Amino acid sequence: MGGFVDGFGVVLEPANLLYCLIGVVIGMLIGVLPGLGPAATIAILLPITYGVEPVSAIIMLAGIFYGAQYGGTITSVLLRLPGEASSVVTVFDGHALAKQGRAGTALGIAAIGSFIGGTVSIIGLTLLAPVVASVALDFGPPEYAALSLFGVLLVATVGNGSRLKAVIAAGFGLLLATVGRDTFTGASRFTFDSLNLADGIDFVPIAMGLFGLGEILYNLEERHHKVQAPAAVANVWPSRADLRQARGAIGRGSVIGFVLGVLPGGGATLSSLVAYAVEKRRAKEPERFGRGAVEGVAAPETANNAAATSSFIPLLTLGIPANATMALMFGALLIQGIAPGPQLVTEHPDLFWGVINSMYLGNILLLIMSIPLVGVFVKILKVRPAVLAPITVLITLLGVYTVANQVFDMFLVIVFGVLGYLMKKFGFEPGPLVLAFVLGSVMETAVRQSLLIFGGNPMGFFTRPISGTVLVALIIVLTLPAVRVLVRRRKERELV
Amino acid sequence: MSEAALREELAEDRPPHAGPWSQLGAAVVAAVVGIAGVIGSLALGLGRLTQPGPGLWPFVVCVVVTVLSIALALVGRHGTDTEKFSRASVQTAVAVLTLVVFAAVLPLIGFEIPSLLLTFVWLRFLGKESWVSSVAISVGTVAAFYVLFVLILQIPLPRLI
Repeated sequence: MGGFVDGFGVVLEPANLLYCLIGVVIGMLIGVLPGLGPAATIAILLPITYGVEPVSAIIMLAGIFYGAQYGGTITSVLLRLPGEASSVVTVFDGHALAKQGRAGTALGIAAIGSFIGGTVSIIGLTLLAPVVASVALDFGPPEYAALSLFGVLLVATVGNGSRLKAVIAAGFGLLLATVGRDTFTGASRFTFDSLNLADGIDFVPIAMGLFGLGEILYNLEERHHKVQAPAAVANVWPSRADLRQARGAIGRGSVIGFVLGVLPGGGATLSSLVAYAVEKRRAKEPERFGRGAVEGVAAPETANNAAATSSFIPLLTLGIPANATMALMFGALLIQGIAPGPQLVTEHPDLFWGVINSMYLGNILLLIMSIPLVGVFVKILKVRPAVLAPITVLITLLGVYTVANQVFDMFLVIVFGVLGYLMKKFGFEPGPLVLAFVLGSVMETAVRQSLLIFGGNPMGFFTRPISGTVLVALIIVLTLPAVRVLVRRRKERELV
Repeated sequence: MSEAALREELAEDRPPHAGPWSQLGAAVVAAVVGIAGVIGSLALGLGRLTQPGPGLWPFVVCVVVTVLSIALALVGRHGTDTEKFSRASVQTAVAVLTLVVFAAVLPLIGFEIPSLLLTFVWLRFLGKESWVSSVAISVGTVAAFYVLFVLILQIPLPRLI
């Protein structure tokens, strides 16, 4: 408990307050702007974190992540243009409300729901994270091998798009992680005798290229509607009746978001979809949904914020990122020389509690920004994407150069940027690749150490309770869709 | 408006999908990289399960990638998740070219002129901004970067001035 209280001391240091504010403001901004998502923004800003204290850096990056969940709502409601993938379902009822002249209500409910969902989730994180971490302290290499495999495969299969392609992308991530010197034997692997590759490929150019530059290049092909400036928003405070109507949705959204956020591959987008579906199914008059139901805004917006927060649990307690954005956080921690894992809470309590407690503060800041100051952020929509693109590109290239003063790194970013663009064109998500790359060396080391423990018998993974359970669960999750298809086919055959 | 109609409208921005040949191409490229990885791993030496060599882990990964890529070639041909390259893709190619030139000349002549040219080309020719605003925004951006990186943060960027 002492760590929890000290954590507030860390947050209230002026520098950390400032970084929290900077983080949530950037998060709001990029949430409002269609195009760059939180993952791309965090990737692009990675070089900045080199010069910043670890606690401040992670506080800022976390602020960008959950701040974007707030910002994404604004464009969904006002322009029917989701700023973030996690706000797509908000469009249905949010924009319907806006057309009825109740945009303010929608934004207000979303902001309040986001605040409650975020806060419930932080409380859950505060209570649950130290417990999980203490259990995980007993984990050995086999447990880590199983958990990281579980994480990578689940992220790959839950995401949208082709599962096969996502797993292939993850495989390439694992392969890229092997470039450089093998830590066990000292052999050089896949370096093609290049000195620049001798120590492996750095995480920063990969993340900046695939997420940052790749997304910019992809967006160049004018994918977005011409953005018209929206009408002014009046009266953002929802009425008492609206709040009463949204109460249940906010409560359920908080729980759904918290639970799905913890699971690998869950995260903000999935939880917003599930929360919306649950409300629609529960509703007495489901036909109201899509025509301006307050719950239809409250549920997904609450859930995506709760999930954004709770997805920190696996990262901070197990050292396993639950989604692509958390993979970037993992990378940012590694840059600071901190290996996320169960020992984090005891070895770096200031970081652990400082980051968690900064979220309480960040959510309050965001509530202030999204209710009284919403008009300011709406104005940002007048900035044209064509103006932003060259500026972000310049930040990316100069940024990666400053990390090590290496021109080679700029070329790496360009190469991975083109790869990211091509992957998107061919239906491969870059997320699983980056996640697998981050976990690659952890996973390989764990697997090889496990093999030594088991005397070379790969079935040994199934003999330990935790690694065995995780692997069996993984097999069930992966084969379930195939089984379902078979059952359906058999039924159809019987019908014929 | 129904959900389905809205989803359709949101998806309308995507160019048409590129058909079975592009799916096959993607699968073949992935499989080729996988096979090359298998060969490279074998050359590194697999070792034994009791004493894994440097090539064992990449070998396993590459075998999985290769097998899945072949599966993709066989079953994934009717996927609709690829995008056609359009005229706009030429713009992307031009954009990449500007980036390569930027990275190549930056260490030689400093960051100011390449940055100015990069932003200008992106604004005027890729972004279709007017001449006036292209010039104004690019000059403003580079000036802001100079103040931020050189004067305030004092980062050792190669520079002209």
